[in-house]
Order: sequence, then C-alpha cells, then structure tokens
Amino acid sequence: MASYSTNEFKAGLKVMLDSDPCAIIENEFVKPGKGQAFNRVKIRNLKTGRVIERTFKSGDSLEAADVVDVAMQYLYNDGDFRHFMVPDTFEQYQCNDKSVGDASKWLKDQDICTVTLWNDSPLSVTPGNFVELAIVETDPGVRGDTSGGGGKPAVLETGAVVRVPLFVQLGEVIKVDTRTGEYISRVKE
Amino acid sequence: MQDEWQPSCSIELLHLRAQVLAEIRAFFSARSVIEVETPLLSCSSGTDPQLDFFTSDYHSYPLHQTLYLQTSPEFAMKRLLAAGCGSIYQICKAFRNGESGRFHNPEFTILEWYRVDYNLTQLMDEVAELITLLFNGRIQLMSTQRISYQDLFDSYTGLDPLQFCYEDYCAYALKSQSPEAIELCKTDHNAWLDFIFSHHIQSFLGNNSLCMVYGYPACQSSLARINKDNSKVTDRVEIFINGIELGNGYYELADAQEQNQRFDEEILLRQQNNRPSITKNTQLIAALKSGLPECSGIAIGLDRLLMILTKNNSIDDVIAFSIMRS
Repeated sequence: MASYSTNEFKAGLKVMLDSDPCAIIENEFVKPGKGQAFNRVKIRNLKTGRVIERTFKSGDSLEAADVVDVAMQYLYNDGDFRHFMVPDTFEQYQCNDKSVGDASKWLKDQDICTVTLWNDSPLSVTPGNFVELAIVETDPGVRGDTSGGGGKPAVLETGAVVRVPLFVQLGEVIKVDTRTGEYISRVKE
Repeated sequence: MQDEWQPSCSIELLHLRAQVLAEIRAFFSARSVIEVETPLLSCSSGTDPQLDFFTSDYHSYPLHQTLYLQTSPEFAMKRLLAAGCGSIYQICKAFRNGESGRFHNPEFTILEWYRVDYNLTQLMDEVAELITLLFNGRIQLMSTQRISYQDLFDSYTGLDPLQFCYEDYCAYALKSQSPEAIELCKTDHNAWLDFIFSHHIQSFLGNNSLCMVYGYPACQSSLARINKDNSKVTDRVEIFINGIELGNGYYELADAQEQNQRFDEEILLRQQNNRPSITKNTQLIAALKSGLPECSGIAIGLDRLLMILTKNNSIDDVIAFSIMRS
C-alpha cells in the first residue's frame, strides 16, 4: 500500500493510524525558526468517529488507508443487516447497525447515500444532505399559523423525529437537512 | 485554474506592504543605520541542522559551480560588519526549502539589522520601538513583555529547560496529552524543547502585545554568544505577537574558533540526520578572525508581521504570489 509523507498531508486524506483507518481534518506545519519541524495534525478515526490531535516529525509518513466513498442505493433492512447496492454494477454490501450508526434514521428504501468502504467492507454510512420523508405521526395543526414560531414534533417514516411548523400535517412529505436534523420545507407531491 | 494568474493577496495589501517598507526605511535612516544589499546566491549556505536550502547551477565557462540561495543574509552582513561598515540593515528574500504552511512560504521577506556596540538589551529596546512605530494607528498593542526562556518554561510546564531530565520531560508529555513526543524526541533535548515550546507555550505568547523571550538554553545558541555570567544560557532573543514567531536575534558570536567549532558540530548533526551536506562558510570564519565588532542583530519576518497587522490567517494572504502561484 502507498504511504503519504507529512508534506502530502491535507484535509480529507485517508491514512492508517494505530491500525485504524483515519481521515485527516487539518494539518498545520509547525516550525520554530531554527528548530525541528513538526506537522500537527487533527485526525478523525473513521471507526469510532473520535477526533484526536497527533504530531509528526516533518518528513515522517503514514500508510495510506484503502478508504473510498461510494454512492449506493439503500435497499432494505433484513433485521440484522441493512443492504446497499452500487447502482452501476449492482454490487451489494451489507452493513451492521454499528457502521450505519445515526444514518439509520434517515434511510428510506431506494434513496441514494454514501457508503464508506475500508478494504472493501462498509465502515460508515452518510445519508444525502437532504432527504424527503413522509410524516407518520404529529399533532393536528393550528389554523392560521403560517410559519415557525414554536413548531411541534413530527415522527417521520424512518423513525426520525424533527420539529416542524404547526401548519404541517400528518401524511405530508417534508424535506429535512440530515446534517442538522432541521425541517427545510414541505414537498409538493 | 483560471484565477491562478491573479495575486494571492489583495491590492490593499500591496499598498500596506509598501507603506510598512517605507516606514522601516525611514526608521533606520533617522538612526543613521545604512541599508545594504548582499548576494542572494552564495557559494555556501548556513549549516543550521534544521534548515534545508535551494541550490542552483552557475555556468560561466569553464566555471561550473553550485550556488546556494541564502537561508538568511547573516553571513554576508557580518562580513560587511567585520569590514567596518558600521550599523546596517537589509530587507531581502530568504529561501528555505520544504517550508510551506499557514506561516511559511519557502521564499519570504526578512528585515535583518545589526547594531554595532549594542548588547542584547539595547537591541530589544530598539525592536520594541520599531514594532510600536509600525503598529501605531493600525493595531493597539498592550505593553511589551520581556521574559526569560527559563521562567517561561517553568511557568507553563514546571520543567527546567536548562537541565534535561528525561523522566520529567516524559511525565510532562503524558500529562499534557502529547505522548507521541516521547517517541519523536527520544533523548534529544533540543527536539524536546522545540516540541514543548511550539505545542504548549508559543500560542500563549504576546496576546495583543509584543513578547520578547531571551536567555535561550545554550544548546539552542545558533550564532549567539554564550552568556558571560551563566554558561547554561545564550544571549539570544525571539519575539512573538499573538503567538506568532516574528523574529530571532543574537548578541553576535565574534569568536572565530568557537564559530568554526559550531559549524563542525552542525555539519556532523546534518550528516547524522541525513540532511544534504554543506561546506562551511570559511569566508565568515575569516571575517571573524579579522575581527567582528561587538554587535547585536535580529531578523524579523515581514510577511508574518503583515499577517498580524491585517489579522490574516495565512501567509498567502499577504504576499503577491505564494509558492503555488509563483
């Protein structure tokens, strides 16, 4: 496997650190004028999601991690695993709850999401930034209310709970930002 | 990249740079310090164990020679001092290979000056006056701090920087959540000092003020004179504003023999660390032998100074064309 030297470090680079696949978030070249050069790196462990800081001597290198992001279609949940498919090749992957993580509450059959593969096994799942989901449970709206101002909880078809404006009704489809979990708009059928 | 032809800094910044340069020149002119120019290309380079240089090929038949782009104008300026030019300053480019980052561009602008008959304290006074002048009307600075390297280390880490106690340093690395320092620095006192200073001290220095750190450990003497009252420290000063290292100054070593020995030690260190080899600058040794006047000198990174004056986060924002656009 290839390796990367500190001068190739940049945000997004996937490397192996302490036997775990990691992604570099930030890389700062630190060098006292006359002194030893270091690279101070902020790095995310892709297995645990934890972010740590680690310093390297400039010129050191890390092994590259075979980590790729692949767009896949979510197929179904068989109770133990969730199944995904690469649309072009029909290649299928199964993910356990741990690797799906919080993405599970946004996953609807047929939707396209990003599956991160490490050595060709799923490491994590990232839903699209925006998803459109139907409301399966919410209190009846109050007539006359046209915008936010408080809002109410609504349960979506995938189980996620988001705050929606009072005028939004049961059965309607709404657009949600999965990064913040916030309601964006109603979706006209 | 269609925008690649454009400058990496704003047009306003070009104006500010020009103003700052004019103010620096007026400052030294009023003090009868003369501006000099020395060659950027030299037949040898500094032997600093941690600096990498650029080389170029000089052809002038039958001559075929490697010339080095200077990492600092120090040697040539000291030769002028030894020749009796009096106090001098220079604004020039310096080149350090492989140094690139938010605070580093491999080619950068240095203001370097030498004051004949000044000790380090007098030089520090003048640095404070220049900084005050350049910040005046731009950014309000709080009062200048002067602190010794030893006091600084003690107050931030509880460690003694003049006495290397490996166990204490390791314990500090664990306590400060930098266990990797143990592997990186091993038993190299200098590496430990660099690591701890850059990771756990520097960012706190000169919060909206000029902070001058003097009395560096003797192992970090570089070209400074060992203190005459305490052989464990050297008469070297570094200056910081908002945690950014801005300059490095010395009460200049004038002893040719000691300089020669330091060159040899540094050349050996470079070999041990597999850095490109370099021949020592015998012209400097010869100049020192003929007699360097008592003097102190300092180099200030003007690009970083402009970063601070404009609150920019990257050196690319204050230079016309960063290395990626050069």
